[in-house]
Amino acid sequence: MKKRKWANLKESAIRAFFLTCGILAVLVLVGIFATLLATAVPAFKEIRLSEFLLKKNWDPTSPEKAEYGLLSMIVSTLMVTGGALLLAVPIGIGVAAYLSDVAHWRVREIVKPVVEILAGIPSVVVGFLGIVLFGPAIAKIFHTGNGLNAVNGSVLLAIMALPTIISISEDSLNAVPSAYNEASLALGASRWQTLFRVKVPAALSGIIAACMLGMGRAIGETMTVLMVTGNARAFPHGFLSSVRTMTANIAIELGEVPYYTTHYYALFAIGLVLFVMTFIVNLAADVILHKYQEREQ
Amino acid sequence: MKKIIIIAIATLALLGSLLLAAPAKKMIQVKGSDTMVNLVQILTEEYMGKTPGAAIAVLGGGSGTGITGLINQTCDIANSSREWKPKEIDQAWEKGIKPRFFITAVDGLSIVINEKNPIEQLTVAQVGALYRGEVKNWKAFGGSVKAVSLYGRQSNSGTYVFMQEFVLGNKNYSADMKEMNGNAQIIESILQDEGAVGYVGVGYLYDQTGNIRKGLKIIKISKEPNGTGYLPTDKAAVDSGNYPISRPLYMATNGKPKADVAQFLAWICGPEGQAIVEREGFFTIGADHKAQNDKNLK
Repeated sequence: MKKRKWANLKESAIRAFFLTCGILAVLVLVGIFATLLATAVPAFKEIRLSEFLLKKNWDPTSPEKAEYGLLSMIVSTLMVTGGALLLAVPIGIGVAAYLSDVAHWRVREIVKPVVEILAGIPSVVVGFLGIVLFGPAIAKIFHTGNGLNAVNGSVLLAIMALPTIISISEDSLNAVPSAYNEASLALGASRWQTLFRVKVPAALSGIIAACMLGMGRAIGETMTVLMVTGNARAFPHGFLSSVRTMTANIAIELGEVPYYTTHYYALFAIGLVLFVMTFIVNLAADVILHKYQEREQ
Repeated sequence: MKKIIIIAIATLALLGSLLLAAPAKKMIQVKGSDTMVNLVQILTEEYMGKTPGAAIAVLGGGSGTGITGLINQTCDIANSSREWKPKEIDQAWEKGIKPRFFITAVDGLSIVINEKNPIEQLTVAQVGALYRGEVKNWKAFGGSVKAVSLYGRQSNSGTYVFMQEFVLGNKNYSADMKEMNGNAQIIESILQDEGAVGYVGVGYLYDQTGNIRKGLKIIKISKEPNGTGYLPTDKAAVDSGNYPISRPLYMATNGKPKADVAQFLAWICGPEGQAIVEREGFFTIGADHKAQNDKNLK
């Protein structure tokens, strides 16, 4: 009898522990959002929302007129992220397909751990590579004077998003039931047709999730873009101009901003914008996945 | 059972070591200017070598970060390459901090370009026009036809603020200016970019052997359009004011500095410290700076 009671108690305790962990995760997310919101709202007493989102010039410490226009930075962040995805998604899915379908298992044993190691490289080190290696190379290829521009940022962010995209895409491709593969081949499709028209569509939900996670990584990256994009305030003229992302701006200004001033609240407002952007990306991913799964059924 | 005993012993050992560890020696925290960070680090190392028991930690972060640090009491000494703004002094007083300033070195703010750029001399007004974005091509100053590539610091930098006040006439910087993290990054970028121009502290012009960095050209600055231009490496010009953009480098404490901090500051302003200042490429303080420092130490 006692043994039974003790076992039940243990069960309930473990269940309570897991429940706490789950609730904690939700609480942390809600807490972050609430803190951001609470500290960002006072900014809008002084700054009009339309000016914040639509004006191009961000210069809160200007001796002439303090300006809080975020548009240039929003566009810069989107440019650098977009460029990174343009590079990382094709390469990432390609490598994933290679690893899951084409590679000899010995090659796979080497490439997969290497990709994981790539994920572990600190962002400062990647930034350093950008300054020392990619910067001069970009300057030479595009005949600009220097390599401190959005192209450099995109390349580096692609390097950082690749391992995420590769790992998760490869896992989803591997999770496609071998019955699909075999059926397709049995019906006379070539290996390429099987991969492209059967396996990838079947794994599409996982692949999209991988790309969204990669995008989240790219949007939120701070140190790398701070080091290589040049941080110019101007609205970007193109990929070869120096840009300033929202993350880099927060990193630059938060160290010396006097607490509880409009500038301080405005920086939290930028954080809120970043949070909302990532949230929308994740929401979009969810909607796409659901629609796709519904179609399947 | 064995496992539990082992875990218990390990935890107790860990806790014990934390509790019984000798209390960490109180370090003097120095924070702030990137212009001064290398200089102050070297001063600190030599001082700690000569003074047993001294423990000083030096961080960078820009003059703005140092000033905020002193106001928020996260550091004992704030390095700044500019004067405190009235708003900052008000904020400090509101929080009960009474900043006291010591001038420990003098800097000649240097305007540097790539050596391939043929320009030799500019007036202060012309540099201002460059950095306000009014001049976009070097041909306007008689150079080759090449786009101007501006490099500067970020808004937490004392050099950024000083430059804005004294060279740009308190107007906005050009929105195309690339904002780098520190003096060193500006120098490295200029070495690679032929159309570049940047502003750095004079100590950053030199390499390890004491010569000017290869590939760098320092622009002579004159006050008037056809006047004599002076180099920031010219001590006589900086001291006499002929070099128009020189500035004192400040270290600020909260009120009268405590004994160990005061000893450190007195050493920096004394002959040994000033010899190191000179060795690192900056300029020694003048007699009136010294007198003011002595007064503030009391």
